[in-house]
Amino acid sequence: MKFGYEFIKGLWDENPTFRLVLGMCPTLAVTNAAMNGLSMGLATTFVLVGSNIMVSALKKVIPDEVRIPSYVIIIATFVTIADLALAAFFPEIYRVLGLFIPLIVVNCIILARAEAFAAKNSIGKSALDGLGMGFGFTWALTFLGIIREILGMGSVFGIKLFGEGFVSWIIFILPPGAFLTLGLILGLFNAVLGKKKKAQCS
Amino acid sequence: MELLLLFISTVLINNFVLSRFLGICPFLGVSKKIEVAFSMGLAATFVMTLSAIATWLIQHYILMPFGMERFLQYGAFILVIASLVQFVEMFLKKTSPALYQSLGIFLPLITTNCAILGLALLSALNGYDLITSTVFGFGAGVGFTLAISSMAGLRENMEFGDVPEPFKGVPITLITAAIMSMAFMGFSGLISM
Repeated sequence: MKFGYEFIKGLWDENPTFRLVLGMCPTLAVTNAAMNGLSMGLATTFVLVGSNIMVSALKKVIPDEVRIPSYVIIIATFVTIADLALAAFFPEIYRVLGLFIPLIVVNCIILARAEAFAAKNSIGKSALDGLGMGFGFTWALTFLGIIREILGMGSVFGIKLFGEGFVSWIIFILPPGAFLTLGLILGLFNAVLGKKKKAQCS
Repeated sequence: MELLLLFISTVLINNFVLSRFLGICPFLGVSKKIEVAFSMGLAATFVMTLSAIATWLIQHYILMPFGMERFLQYGAFILVIASLVQFVEMFLKKTSPALYQSLGIFLPLITTNCAILGLALLSALNGYDLITSTVFGFGAGVGFTLAISSMAGLRENMEFGDVPEPFKGVPITLITAAIMSMAFMGFSGLISM
């Protein structure tokens, strides 16, 4: 039960994108198509699970004063692994996501989970927490990607939905569309589900 | 001349916040008051220029000669940036307490600002030389300051506006950012690089 919750909470209650509003840069930047959102989410999930397990395993070894730099090094290592693996096996995705793969290092979700959860909990729980948070982030990005892809290109995962007459709304796959879609969705979620105190990271 | 063009294009056309999505967290979090936002922008510009130089030196004199830039770049850059921020903080505290007072609290936050790491990686990726990297870093900082201060100005006025309850806070800020971003797209025909 307790273990189940560690996984479930990331999907909605503490969803990093819609509830905590963390990690906005990749959320806005790579969601111009559903596929990009999905791959970015999965890459982040990998780093999140890896770093959570590692931080939790080393929590007794790392001195308190240097914990943040140590966490950052652990995260950077996993990001490098993800980066090289993507470049080797999925060069297409790697080319599209580009700069935002290395920028997972400074994604605040990962450091926040390491500091707030993995440093205090067992390895099993931390892994589940990472997985839940990661999937929460992944579905949020994919959701945004689907909306923007439908409006901006008339397709989902590259499959055309409409006939010839469809006039695509190019603005939605350009930068302003990212801000607009996320703003409207956050506002709608607040309106339907009630507001919740949000954590901020800078 | 080319440097000037690069500067203008980094500030206006490829604005870090509004068209590259770098540094969104402080852009949303620290943009409630103009003075505060402006100080944050200044602190970020300062660190960005310095870190553009520092990471260039690391890249060209340590990582590249040993062929490690593919494996250690991210770790090395983020550590350099973190220690640089720490160093700037200590230096300012000692030499200019007034400046430290106004920038102080923002400096630690800058380490996790993805604009700084993004800047370092972009200039390594584009193969800029030292001068170009410095101009690029400074331009990115000025662009960030411009975006965050104008956003703060808009938000100060929005205090008096009648924003629907669910949209208060982050959602309306994002929608405002969307309109600003559209306005900045208007610059895109200014120079072709």
